[in-house]
Amino acid sequence: MNSSRRLLWILTLVPALSVARGQEPQPEGVRLALTYAPGTRPAVLVLPVEGAEGDSVRAILQRDLDFDDRVTLIALDGAAARALVPRGGAELDFDRLAPFGAAAIIEARLTPAGLTVRVHDAAARKLARSADFTLPVDIYGAGWRMALHGVSDAVGLWIFGTRGAAQSRVLFTGGDGQVWVTDSDGAGARRLTSADLALSPAWRPDGSGFAFAGVSRGRWRLGVSGLAAGSTRWLGSIPTRGITITPAFSPDGRSVVYAHGDEGGTNLWSASGSENGAPRRLTPARSGDNTSPSFDPTGRRIVFTSGRAGRPDLYIMDADGTNAQPLTTSSLASRSDNGSPDWSPDGLRVAYQSQIGGSFQIVSLALRDRSSKQHTSDGENEDPSWSPDSRHVVFSSTRTGVRQLWIVDTESGRLRQLTRSAGARLPDWSPILSR
Amino acid sequence: MKTATLVICAVFGLTVAGCGKKIKPLAPAPVSTAQADSIERARQQAVDDSLRALRERELERQRQAAALAEAREAEAIALITGTVYFDYDQSALSAEARATLDAKVPALQARPAFRIKITGHTDERGSSEYNLALGLRRAAELKAYLVANGIDAARIDISSMGEERPAAQGSNEAAWALNRRAEFVQVTGEQ
Repeated sequence: MNSSRRLLWILTLVPALSVARGQEPQPEGVRLALTYAPGTRPAVLVLPVEGAEGDSVRAILQRDLDFDDRVTLIALDGAAARALVPRGGAELDFDRLAPFGAAAIIEARLTPAGLTVRVHDAAARKLARSADFTLPVDIYGAGWRMALHGVSDAVGLWIFGTRGAAQSRVLFTGGDGQVWVTDSDGAGARRLTSADLALSPAWRPDGSGFAFAGVSRGRWRLGVSGLAAGSTRWLGSIPTRGITITPAFSPDGRSVVYAHGDEGGTNLWSASGSENGAPRRLTPARSGDNTSPSFDPTGRRIVFTSGRAGRPDLYIMDADGTNAQPLTTSSLASRSDNGSPDWSPDGLRVAYQSQIGGSFQIVSLALRDRSSKQHTSDGENEDPSWSPDSRHVVFSSTRTGVRQLWIVDTESGRLRQLTRSAGARLPDWSPILSR
Repeated sequence: MKTATLVICAVFGLTVAGCGKKIKPLAPAPVSTAQADSIERARQQAVDDSLRALRERELERQRQAAALAEAREAEAIALITGTVYFDYDQSALSAEARATLDAKVPALQARPAFRIKITGHTDERGSSEYNLALGLRRAAELKAYLVANGIDAARIDISSMGEERPAAQGSNEAAWALNRRAEFVQVTGEQ
């Protein structure tokens, strides 16, 4: 066995994760810290799961760990894989497992209540962590799949000390101009709105619903909706003349900031998410066009697109509209537009779209040192939105000739296609969901 | 004298002789009541026919006048609702755009109850969200021009569809030029 891949299981208490996106504090995690060569990912073997839905359980866990981009999955199927599963309460046969070079071996067993998951330390030849998970009874249903994604994220939490983002969904505008939702692995896509047009969906921080910019009876309105189809309600406190677009909830969920345009230009406004009280203008009148707000995780600052200096660029201001400062100025020098910013849930980076060589590409900018990283180069790539673990970005791309949602791992650059129906765009990645 | 008398007699005589050959003695008319009715109906029919013809001519004249007025109104509405086009990434009005707007002004002034909605559109380049703001800026620019030329601002609503409703499909300059536009529609009722 390669010594650089030998495991050192170090038990480290991990404090509850940030509540930045309003997510529930994570159960205290025990980090099984691994030592392996820098730039490589620990190899993980998921053993076959016995039982009627065992193959689906294993497939979902493997896919989530693969999409998580932090481990290397060992592909092993058929009789060779089944022979490794211990029978009748026997212990794992580490001698037989050793040749596969796994750092961790994941064993899952269906129980009357759900699933028991064990993570074994292959190098130390012992059980490292075990837990029971309750699964809903709607086997293969949306809630059942989401609970399994939660199991995947728990395994990620044990191994790395930080949770993955499998237990999440992505809202987007489909090719039919309506808001859709899909699980983070692309399963379970369904339509949620039936307006004349429904753009720019934005999650409520508690994951219970979303806001969107809609056209109804010929006028732009701000819609709020739950996750059941047909539950749209139009916010009545906002004038329906002009345009009302690009909503974003504040992290506490109490207010929604959006762009409203009329004869005087397009400005950012703040309205109560519960409809009481008149909306308040945040950007100064006659400051060009201001759109696409995104809050930092504390709710104290907002990054947005503004054309106040001519072409669209990114600006950061305080949540009350004061202290606006430019974040990007490349449009002035290169006549290239910047826009559609999304502040990462960990608060450290802003992803946005930037015209590079005539086409939009996804770029992230680290706020501490203002260093930037380009994540795409093929086709037109727009509308980035961060995963709840601040590692992946979902965006729309024309790289296949048809606009689709793609996900990029901002660390490795690895790409995967999320949607398969043409015309998907304007995605918004949810916080970690409970169901 | 004798000669004159002869001539007169000759003329008279010829005349009498001629008449005498053609005129039959008058007898009492053997006309029945049914025949009288028939004649009366025919006479009435002739009167009705000519009245109907008169009425139809009048209606036709009215129809033609209405069609002419309608055509003129349609022409005026076509002027008012004619599309205005823009240059790339611009909301500023070109000379052509101004000429199109100038033609709208008298037509709008002649119809003070006519309300319009101007909807700005963009080509597909640029951010789709920001393009909604650009489309609105185009509509606002057009409204400002009309208001500066005496049209009541309350009669003009503005909106934008950005790149959401292209007039022409395609990712080329020909399609983009058709899509960078503002459309004018008559507003009735709540809309």
